[in-house]
Amino acid sequence: MKHIINCLVENQPGVLARIVGLISGRGYNIETLNVGPTEDPTVSKMTIVVPGDSHVIEQVTHQLSKQIDVIEVVNMTNRRHLDRELILVRVATESHNARAEIVDLAALFRGHVVSVQEDSVTIQMVGNQETVADFLCLMKPYSIVDISRTGVIAVGREAPGASAAKG
Amino acid sequence: MKDKTDTDMSSAEKQPLRSGAQCVIDGLVKAGCEVLFGYPGGAVLDIFNCLYEAPFNFVLSRHEQGAVHMADGYARATGKPGCCLVTSGPGATNTVTGLATAYMDGVPLVCITGQVALDMIGNDAFQEADVVGITRPVTKHNFLVRSADDLPGIIAKAFYIATTGKPGPVVIDIPKNVQKQMTAALTPETVVMRSYRPDVPINAAEIAQFAELINNASRPLLYVGGGAISGNAAEALAQLAHKANIPVTTTLMALGIFPETDPLSLHMLGMHGSVAANYAVDHCDLLIAAGARFDDRVTGKISAFANKATIVHIDIDRSSISKSVRSDLGVHGYVKPVLEAVLPLVKPAEHTEWLEKVNRWKERFPFTYPKNDDALMPQFVIEQIDAVSEGKAVVVTDVGQNQMWAAQFFRYTRPRNFITSGGLGTMGFGLPAAIGAQFGRRGAPVVCVTGDGGVQMNFQELVVAVEHQIPVVVVILNNGFLGMVRQWQELFYDRRYSGVVLSQKGRAPNEQVAETSGYLPDFIKMAEAHGACARRVFKEEEVGPALREALASGKTWVIECIVAPEANVFPMIPPGAHVAEIINRTV
Repeated sequence: MKHIINCLVENQPGVLARIVGLISGRGYNIETLNVGPTEDPTVSKMTIVVPGDSHVIEQVTHQLSKQIDVIEVVNMTNRRHLDRELILVRVATESHNARAEIVDLAALFRGHVVSVQEDSVTIQMVGNQETVADFLCLMKPYSIVDISRTGVIAVGREAPGASAAKG
Repeated sequence: MKDKTDTDMSSAEKQPLRSGAQCVIDGLVKAGCEVLFGYPGGAVLDIFNCLYEAPFNFVLSRHEQGAVHMADGYARATGKPGCCLVTSGPGATNTVTGLATAYMDGVPLVCITGQVALDMIGNDAFQEADVVGITRPVTKHNFLVRSADDLPGIIAKAFYIATTGKPGPVVIDIPKNVQKQMTAALTPETVVMRSYRPDVPINAAEIAQFAELINNASRPLLYVGGGAISGNAAEALAQLAHKANIPVTTTLMALGIFPETDPLSLHMLGMHGSVAANYAVDHCDLLIAAGARFDDRVTGKISAFANKATIVHIDIDRSSISKSVRSDLGVHGYVKPVLEAVLPLVKPAEHTEWLEKVNRWKERFPFTYPKNDDALMPQFVIEQIDAVSEGKAVVVTDVGQNQMWAAQFFRYTRPRNFITSGGLGTMGFGLPAAIGAQFGRRGAPVVCVTGDGGVQMNFQELVVAVEHQIPVVVVILNNGFLGMVRQWQELFYDRRYSGVVLSQKGRAPNEQVAETSGYLPDFIKMAEAHGACARRVFKEEEVGPALREALASGKTWVIECIVAPEANVFPMIPPGAHVAEIINRTV
């Protein structure tokens, strides 16, 4: 199972390398990783998606918490949360029909056409992990030329401590 | 030094400016540094310049690895953080093994490395290395200092991080221009970090549950690790063990935390631990792991380890709990306050039947070894160190057979009297660590137990002992082999002794050197060339007198013991095996 782990870290040089080094050094995989500033300029938030069973995730969480520059680690999967990923996907449009179908499908997923070329169309689409996966599955038959994904970001639906989830 | 006015922060402008280099010295003084081990170079010249007037000793090692092991030995022997200082590039990369050694065993160290000037970083400058990158996986934390204004705070943080929580090494990488930069910044009085809060409150519910498990157990066992030594938990441990009559086994790292002369002591457990300790683990119904981390050398086959027992795991490192062996109750905290909290809730118990069983194993399977009329047995040498020093020696080992025999045949009764590289298993650790230990424990008899392999890895440090009048007694158990590897080749690789022969007569004819004394290298000549006293012994009756003379002399000594070449360390549970597969050829 995939877990979404949010990490608040000191916004200092080398912190990203520390986190990535820790996870790879202990043999875990990172599926996606997103880093951005928070409202406090001294704090960054990392959202890491790690596949693994509960034992692996427990270890990852504790190992991350142990890092000196890590302020807080929250396994979002254990609590009520919202998660989103933005993708930009360029799909080949070999026929006129194909283009129309792709645009229709995109609309069903609340995607936008952001660029149209003679032989391809680029869709911007935002969704949670499941929706993105479903959409990409539908795009597959049309031959995906290129894809860029932001990686998952997540926020809790309620204030920390409001749910019974463990960090 | 000059931070008297730090209560009046508004006068910061009037504060005399200090260089970054001076901040380093002042920070070390403030942290209580008594001795700094290290090696100079271009990128730390400014710090060495300030060191000239520093109020603590500087000890020049002969290799940076030696400096880190000395600081490590000092820290293990005293409980205070070890300090070392090296230059950039190769100086810093030479510390990596020492840092990893300290990291694995949770030893508090602060290692200061020079770095090329900030504007040169990334340019492949002379003696440049990405030290923060290289040392990241082998340190508890590391810092690259970007401004002298940050330096006093970083030094204070480094000592705070190194010595609290699960202790560990911290590297401070200081670019040359930062050492020269002037600053008014003061060394802070206290350190508070939002991202690092090592103090864990005691959880009353966990303690209550823990007490109930102890009170309901009929075959409890305490399995105590190095965390109990770094957490100074000896007294709390003894009180709990005696109140509820719980037998105690320790890991290699915790030898001495509980007197091995106590009837409740089962000695060490694990691969080369006592039969009684390993049987007890297999039979107990409650295993209390206190500051131990279920290392694979302890557990063997994990699925079969203590599989009749409820497992309670006390550890300050939360990630250690349920890492390899799933525990039924994890108690996150320092060993000492946890044991102190549970003690009043524990009911006195006799556990007569359990103790009788355990004692039968102890009587039936003591540590023992075959007598050999033709050769000196290495185990006998260890027993002699115990006897001659009246059990008072601080034993510092290298790694391999010498280490295991030192663990098995000396009866440890005090914490911090057995110093060894347990987690990383670093050959070459013993000699420099023994020197560092003696710097911290001036009056104590310090004996380094090493092998003919390991001692050659850092022999150059012997001169440091001689020039500082450090009366370390280095006992080399010379069996002409890399003994532990040879033992594994004997047991598991059909006696194909590949790459392990050190003795002249065992080597291939084209590798034999004519016209030698038969000993190559000649450790006696080597020791004397370094200014130490030395003697080679062959027979049992020579060992005691040599040790007595060496320990009484107040001088640095090397005693080379020519021991049985193919003596083995038993008992042995093969790697990844269950205690039922124990090999115990002791006759």
